[in-house]
Amino acid sequence: MSLTREDVTYVANLARLEFSEDEVIALADQLGAVLDYAETLSGLDTSKIKATEHVLAVQNVFRADEIESCLTNEEALANAPESEAGCFKVPRVME
Amino acid sequence: MEYEIVIGMEIHIELGTKTKIFCSCPTEFGQDENTHTCPVCLGMPGVLPVLNEKVVEYATRAGLALNCEIAHFSKMDRKNYFYPDLPKAYQTSQFDLPICTGGVVGIEVDGVKKDIGITRIHIEEDAGKLLHESADGTLLDVNRCGVPLIEIVTEPDLRSAEEARAFAEKVRNILEYTGVSDCKMEQGSMRFDVNLSIREKGSEVLGTRTEMKNLNSFRALIRAVQYESKRQIIELKKGHTIIQETRKWDDTKGTSSSLRSKEEAHDYRYFPEPDLVPIVLEPAYIEKIKSELPELPEAKKQRYIDEYKLPEYDAGVLTTTGVTARFFEDAVALYNEPKQISNWMMVEIPPLLKENEVSMENISITPAQLVELLKLVKNNEISGNTGKEVLKEMFSTGKNPGDIVKEKGLAQMSDTGELEAIIEKIVSDNPKSVEDIGAGNEKAYGFLTGQVMKATKGKANAQVANEIIRAVVAKHLA
Ligand SMILES: [Zn+2]
Repeated sequence: MSLTREDVTYVANLARLEFSEDEVIALADQLGAVLDYAETLSGLDTSKIKATEHVLAVQNVFRADEIESCLTNEEALANAPESEAGCFKVPRVME
Repeated sequence: MEYEIVIGMEIHIELGTKTKIFCSCPTEFGQDENTHTCPVCLGMPGVLPVLNEKVVEYATRAGLALNCEIAHFSKMDRKNYFYPDLPKAYQTSQFDLPICTGGVVGIEVDGVKKDIGITRIHIEEDAGKLLHESADGTLLDVNRCGVPLIEIVTEPDLRSAEEARAFAEKVRNILEYTGVSDCKMEQGSMRFDVNLSIREKGSEVLGTRTEMKNLNSFRALIRAVQYESKRQIIELKKGHTIIQETRKWDDTKGTSSSLRSKEEAHDYRYFPEPDLVPIVLEPAYIEKIKSELPELPEAKKQRYIDEYKLPEYDAGVLTTTGVTARFFEDAVALYNEPKQISNWMMVEIPPLLKENEVSMENISITPAQLVELLKLVKNNEISGNTGKEVLKEMFSTGKNPGDIVKEKGLAQMSDTGELEAIIEKIVSDNPKSVEDIGAGNEKAYGFLTGQVMKATKGKANAQVANEIIRAVVAKHLA
């Protein structure tokens, strides 16, 4: 198995996900299997292949520096669970 | 043991584009909260960011001005972390393939010149602004989310607070010239992060460093470096080890404190941004931007020395900011007396700026008005001292010097008839002085000149007055 329970807990914490002990065990198995499968790619000789920087063969998609209309304050805050004084309100952050 | 301070800096600079980096919202500062947003910069699911071409142009320009290599191929990446000022929970930035690498900036501290290496410059988006004004929460303004930034990362080449300041000022100076940013510290357009460590002088090994983020004035930069280097040296002298950590600088208290976060340090899990395609810059594009670069401070300074025959000191002061240099050049174009203009700009104008708390950008005097004033002095219509008074008045009222002179009746008395009458009376009233002069005491002339100036409220043309005094005294002695 390529993935330990510690790996799962570590990644879960970075992603702000919480799992029970049983779930961690199951995920280590399942994600490990996915990684093992992906590992078969390492068997290929890629020494003559250029590294893939991006999956699309497209480059230089730009827009002109021109102002277009914005959302109103009300529209911007429409989905906010909480708002105050024209702002999104979030749980207190320590400065 | 002698210690050495080792500093590397990261400088964030907001680019002066009209719109944000990935959407068409304006970047204007100081607007009502959450009025410059759209689904892209609010981080709504399913939106497609598109890179602003001006951001690429400005970053290239900045890189060239700071002597960097411009990458033929670069790409955007996602830097993942959770913080409420970042609606997407990732910052779109550049990781392994930044747009500029390997630059250098020359600085000078106490007459010693030194080159500071630039590791890289990358483009990224700014975060929103958190306001701590609510009683039971934190408020978020998204207007600043997506304002384009460049981050300039230096080599650990700086050795003192003075060098850090000199470097930061030089970078600001150069970027202000190139027009990629207004570099306004008070609006957060330029912010510094400092990585600092201490090692034994002569050692090649770097000590453990701490990082201080978001220093937003030169003063804060200097004080934070001084405080942190002292703190680390004291720790080391006590035999303690330095903990690698991020520290928060409190500019009011003048101290820094640990921001020990329980979170794993810096695991940003960068990966290529799938919504934005790579940036490929052809040599012709880079060459074109290079050819359009304005004259940079160093070159301008040299030209002032060669072309205008100014002392190196004057040339240095006048080229400190683009605004000052432009004012000077506009004035010289109207009146070919560079040294005169330089003197007034360096000696008379700065105290007035300071007194009135305005910067050169918002100065109420135009180059044409300064030139008019200098011509009045040159033509003896007013004395140099009156000129200074008029300048003060121009500063506060914005009026033309000629009008001020007329309104206040400040014109010099060059009318010999009128002056002769005054001088005749003063000489008659001061026989002792005449006697002294007769006995060979030339100093007595000074006293008489002073009396004339007093009688004319300083308006007498000094040269004309002196000639008349000598003639009248000679007559009395005869
Ligand atoms: Zn937007």
